[in-house]
Amino acid sequence: MFNAGVVTAARAAADNWVRASAPFDAIVMPSGSCTHYVRHHLPRFLGSDVAAHAAKVTFELCEFIAGPLGQPTLAGRFPHRVAMHLGCHAQRGLRLGGSSELHQTVSGPMHTLLTALDGLTLVPLDRPDECCGFGGSFAVGEADVSVVMGRDKLADVAAHDAGVLVSSDPSCLLHLEAVAAHHGHALRTMHVAELLEEATR
Amino acid sequence: MSAPVGGAHRGHAKSAAGFLVDAERAAWHDRSLWFMRQKRDRGTAIAEWESLRLAGSALKAHAMSRLADLLEEFERRATANGVVVHWARDAAEHNAIVLGILHADGVTRVSKSKSMLTEECGLNPFLEARGIEVVDTDLGERIVQLAKEPPSHIVIPAIHWKREEIGALFHRTMGTPAGETSPDALAAAARVHLRDALLNAGAGITGANVIVAETGGVVVCTNEGNADLGMHSAPIHIACVGIEKIVATRDDVGVLLRLLARSGTGQPVTAYTTHVTSPRPDAAMHVVLVDNGRTRRLADEAMRAALHCIRCGACLNTCPVYRRSGGYSYGHVIQGPIGAILAPAVDLDAHRELPFASTLCGSCADVCPVRIDIPAQLLAWRARSAAAGALPSGYSTIFPFLGWVLSRLSRFERAARWARRVQKVIPSSWLSGRWNPWTRPGRTLPVIADETFREWAQREEGRP
Repeated sequence: MFNAGVVTAARAAADNWVRASAPFDAIVMPSGSCTHYVRHHLPRFLGSDVAAHAAKVTFELCEFIAGPLGQPTLAGRFPHRVAMHLGCHAQRGLRLGGSSELHQTVSGPMHTLLTALDGLTLVPLDRPDECCGFGGSFAVGEADVSVVMGRDKLADVAAHDAGVLVSSDPSCLLHLEAVAAHHGHALRTMHVAELLEEATR
Repeated sequence: MSAPVGGAHRGHAKSAAGFLVDAERAAWHDRSLWFMRQKRDRGTAIAEWESLRLAGSALKAHAMSRLADLLEEFERRATANGVVVHWARDAAEHNAIVLGILHADGVTRVSKSKSMLTEECGLNPFLEARGIEVVDTDLGERIVQLAKEPPSHIVIPAIHWKREEIGALFHRTMGTPAGETSPDALAAAARVHLRDALLNAGAGITGANVIVAETGGVVVCTNEGNADLGMHSAPIHIACVGIEKIVATRDDVGVLLRLLARSGTGQPVTAYTTHVTSPRPDAAMHVVLVDNGRTRRLADEAMRAALHCIRCGACLNTCPVYRRSGGYSYGHVIQGPIGAILAPAVDLDAHRELPFASTLCGSCADVCPVRIDIPAQLLAWRARSAAAGALPSGYSTIFPFLGWVLSRLSRFERAARWARRVQKVIPSSWLSGRWNPWTRPGRTLPVIADETFREWAQREEGRP
């Protein structure tokens, strides 16, 4: 809502969330996009102490595992060819991965967690940090471009023979899963939490 | 005012959908622009790149903070150098000034190198309607001019044209052999064709990449040398310049030139870079300084930094939306992410869809050589659209409802239960009908989980 410009509608939801978040020392989000919003937009948007507190204690999942939990790697096994998609707000908003625009290689806490797993082959994508086309309201407001972006992302994954596509953002996955299903891609889409859980089970 | 582009505009989403109908062509367009992005990545892989970007951003911010002083300094120096300086408040004044200069010397034929400002002001149709022939001498611009189209990219105006199509166009307009598609042969034919226009023009119009307060000079960059031929062969040179092009010193120019060429095409520097400060003997030089909304933008603090743009085109090339929707889908003289934040300042209502033609992926900000935070401005324009009641259709009903649902936990939980039930009773063929923008272009409906994360957690922990 905030990203769509509808700030009055966003404020009520944000107030509610910030109130609920007040008693906690750490808040972990399975989404780089939500974390980015809380950390970079909420304090100025709401202008309250609770919002500033929430921004300080909110972490994206992989960032939390590697940082506050102090576990840059986890022992586990996942014998598959995996393609990684970091959502754009984790990538360029939170800087949780190296960006091609800045001449950096693919890296970051999620990358480190994945590559440390036994048997996991992380496939290199031709456009590792190209947006998948979800973009919140963009997915429906610009539905045609959105779906073509999703198809191109999946084609990149398929060209490198990955059986699993993993992301730290449920919204990217929601979109990519739906595009893959429509086009009959035999691809397993997983949230990084699911993958880590399965690998360390 | 801005010149209308591509006829009646249907809004970005609709135009983009039209562009994507020819899937193969759209994929070709995406690959062509991605190739430019890769050239940029290679060209900008130098140790000092990030410090150059910081320097470029700082010197532009400095110039904008002293805009009035620097412009007056420029006028003093340029006048002392023998240049005639003109001031235009808007596009109409700009066009009238250029026409006045041409009329005074009885000029009827003009050559023009690339200038987005003259596109913005609609100079070509204005002059043509008054009996003056204008030949665009940049090859890409000549292609779209012969095809009676506007440019679809600020740096590569005919990027949407395929080689075979250019061959057919040149066959029809220049008499090249039918079926000729060799780039060398087509470029050779264009060279002969353009040379005639360049050598017989009564005036050469150019844009400017930078103007310098310290020297009163105008810097023009091309890869074809057409601006130099135009300004040096005609008895009159007219440089049409947006006032935001000014920098304080000659040293600043070096920073911007490196940023410009490496960001745009990956070249260390453009093939032809001319710093012209005074007219040739027996020739005249005019500089037309144009505001056309720029001082209004300067006064708008949240949007001011868009004036730093040096028109390198990097944000277009990297934009996943531009690559897959084409330049015409923007309906504005400047396309892509930078166009999407410039156009609403001209007319928010007419361009209400543009700030939404982005996933806010942030790639544009990271390639911008002067570090304009384009996503932040897109977001700010979205909020202004909402405040002005100019949201794209649907947004103003869906989002307030969503906000209401998400503002209380009990409401959200009820909505989740309700959605789960709805999906089970209503046939999916109806839920994924033509009306549904989620499924229409090729997506299945997600299946709503049997329990929410909260319900799962409560069950796992065995406590509320």
